[in-house]
Amino acid sequence: MKMHRFEEIWLVLAAGVIILSMVVTGYQTFALGMGPPSNKETIDPQKVDETAPFDEPGVYQIGENEYEVVMTLQIFSFNPGDIEIPAGSTVHFTMTSKDVVHGFQVAGTNLNAMVMPGHIQKITQKFDKPGEYLVLCNEYCGSGHQLMSTTITVK
Amino acid sequence: MEATAIKHSFTEKANRALGVNEKDAKLTLTYLSVAFIALLIGGVLGLLQGLERAGLLQLPSWLNYYQVLTAHGVLLVLIFTATFVVGYFYAGISHTMGGLIPKVRKMGWVAFGLMVIGVVFVVTTIVMGEASVLYTFYPPMAASPYFYIGLVFIVLGIWTSALGVFTNVMNWRKNNKGQHIPLLSYFAVGVFTLLFFGSLGVTYEVLTLIPWAFGWTETVNVMLSRTLFWSFGHTLVNIWYLTAVSAWYVAVPRIIGGRLFSDTLARVVVFLLVILNIPGGFHHQIVDPGFSEGLKFMHVFMSLSIGFPSLMTAFAMFAVFERAGRKKGGKGLLGWFKKLPFKDVRFLAPFIAMVAFIPAGAGGIAQTNNQLNQVVHNTLWVTGHFHLTVGTSVALTFFGIAYWLVPHMAKREFTPRMNRLGIIQTIIWTVGMLFMSGAMHTVGLFGSPRRTSYSTYGDNATALGWDPYLILLAIGGTLLIIAVVMMVYIVFYLMFKAPKGETEFPIGEPEDNAAPTPMWTERWGLWIILMLAVVAMGYVIPLVDLIVNAPPGSPPFKTW
Ligand code: HEM
Ligand SMILES: [Cu+2]
Ligand SMILES: [Cu+2]
Repeated sequence: MKMHRFEEIWLVLAAGVIILSMVVTGYQTFALGMGPPSNKETIDPQKVDETAPFDEPGVYQIGENEYEVVMTLQIFSFNPGDIEIPAGSTVHFTMTSKDVVHGFQVAGTNLNAMVMPGHIQKITQKFDKPGEYLVLCNEYCGSGHQLMSTTITVK
Repeated sequence: MEATAIKHSFTEKANRALGVNEKDAKLTLTYLSVAFIALLIGGVLGLLQGLERAGLLQLPSWLNYYQVLTAHGVLLVLIFTATFVVGYFYAGISHTMGGLIPKVRKMGWVAFGLMVIGVVFVVTTIVMGEASVLYTFYPPMAASPYFYIGLVFIVLGIWTSALGVFTNVMNWRKNNKGQHIPLLSYFAVGVFTLLFFGSLGVTYEVLTLIPWAFGWTETVNVMLSRTLFWSFGHTLVNIWYLTAVSAWYVAVPRIIGGRLFSDTLARVVVFLLVILNIPGGFHHQIVDPGFSEGLKFMHVFMSLSIGFPSLMTAFAMFAVFERAGRKKGGKGLLGWFKKLPFKDVRFLAPFIAMVAFIPAGAGGIAQTNNQLNQVVHNTLWVTGHFHLTVGTSVALTFFGIAYWLVPHMAKREFTPRMNRLGIIQTIIWTVGMLFMSGAMHTVGLFGSPRRTSYSTYGDNATALGWDPYLILLAIGGTLLIIAVVMMVYIVFYLMFKAPKGETEFPIGEPEDNAAPTPMWTERWGLWIILMLAVVAMGYVIPLVDLIVNAPPGSPPFKTW
């Protein structure tokens, strides 16, 4: 198969885009620790309330300017809700679902993760800018899905 | 080469003398009728969603947003596309292989019957409110078991149609030893190979959901189901895409008075897509738990590699346009462009489809990168993305095909009036999609979630800021429904009312000096082995992990 000169250039560029994507994504994931939420712990989805740490959902300070939020998602709410944290804190979210599949998304940040029954999901975010952030469920979970929301207030 | 050229025009003449096989025409027209009825109903539902999401319309209590969305998804991404693909390729095989063999025609009808039974089950359960689970039906949300049984029938229908295609092609190869199968049939083999292998995983999933939904088994493995679903869901996307591409490579060159770019290249694109495709499904699970970052990183490559054959296609298309334009006297750097037949809707529609694929493909490449995916996952951005890919690139190409396929099969003329109407239809569709998809992309970046009925989240300021874009979305949707109605009118006019006559089935021919296509392109056994190897690379580790290290399963929930 003989190729046209321009076609060769074009395909080299195409391969370049793919390689560049791999390099940037790989660098961000493995060097900067920005990989997508990928926690691999599991849990019995019918015993969430009895299993630590989800037997006591809540906001816990675990260091200076560092918090852990242990959260359960269930139709159609986040527990705990209406979270307040000081500006400049790093927050680690540890989440699972008590029923169907939910999504955890905080508008205006890069917090975005699927929360599945049987699996514990983790994601971290540093909140620098004060304000009220909208937390919402972004996976259809039933007739009240559009009501499933809460807020994080950064002061 | 001389020999093949002569051969080509010989089949051409034979077809013209024999005309369309009427029995084959009936089969295809039946499939296409269902496709366009599905488009009409699905389109109306889409409009309802668009108006609801913008807060302009409140759905009555007996019609739930998610019920509507389930029906819209199923009707458009499953039924419209599947019936169109089968009808089109059966026509393509009939045309390029001298008619369907009777056994295969019968299989086509059996497949149709199975699909209709399936659709009746699925639609009935949705209408009864027993299956508002969206077209992805993620467990542990559980629909009525009859919904899943309907899906099994649809899959059986698809397999039967695939078997028909393989039977006909093998028969032709036996009678035409040492020859290449015609390019359009080559595409058909690729598409139905993907349909068959791509649907194995989801079939297994559905077969585990049926006893669970009946209450015979207690729990189901949620992550495994989801992963198997996407091995199919994503493949389906590329099945439509490959179908659209078949018309770009085969029909469009003929319509613009050009020649094929390269028969070999087209075949390479087909088998590359077949080999590389199935593991791409992982890019729907980038922010899922249960998979390591390393695995997700490998899958970035698996997804992006599918982009490569698409970029080859992009080059080929513009090269064909340039050659055809220059042959017609187009001069200078861009003079050839003006020589293209933009006033012929058979060209205009697929041309806009190709142009739409430029931003659509770029958006796809962007959102496959893990960290960027995290920004847009499950927001309206994604909905905007697939209204560009499926809703524009694929749908407009299917429309472009219908303008000649329907009258060809119905032995009628494609009249200038229909051409004019088609051009207006194409423009309205394009503008409608620009509004709708543009608004979806933008508001998605701000965080507005997909699959969510109108909500201000308790008058939250962030959510209220999305409203203006949702109005633009609704405006786009309104334009689109006008275009849907026009398209359905055109199709049925061409099928039943247009003046009797002939319309060409456009099949592009190679350049006179084209190098012969090497015989190794016909090694389907090898392509399938490579495909299975790639599937194994992508899926064996995560599937084994999901099964061996599975948490206790989930019982069924009905949350609507
Ligand atoms: C009249 C034309 C159309 C309109 C007005 C329309 C509108 C919409 C709207 C508003 C949504 C829902 C957004 C959400 O809440 O997530 C949607 C979803 C969707 N549309 Fe369309 N659409 C149209 C045509 C199409 C076409 C032609 C296709 C494919 C061939 C298509 C495929 C889909 C799919 C797959 C979904 C997602 C369903 C889901 O998330 O479960 N649409 N559409
Ligand atoms: Cu939800
Ligand atoms: Cu995909």
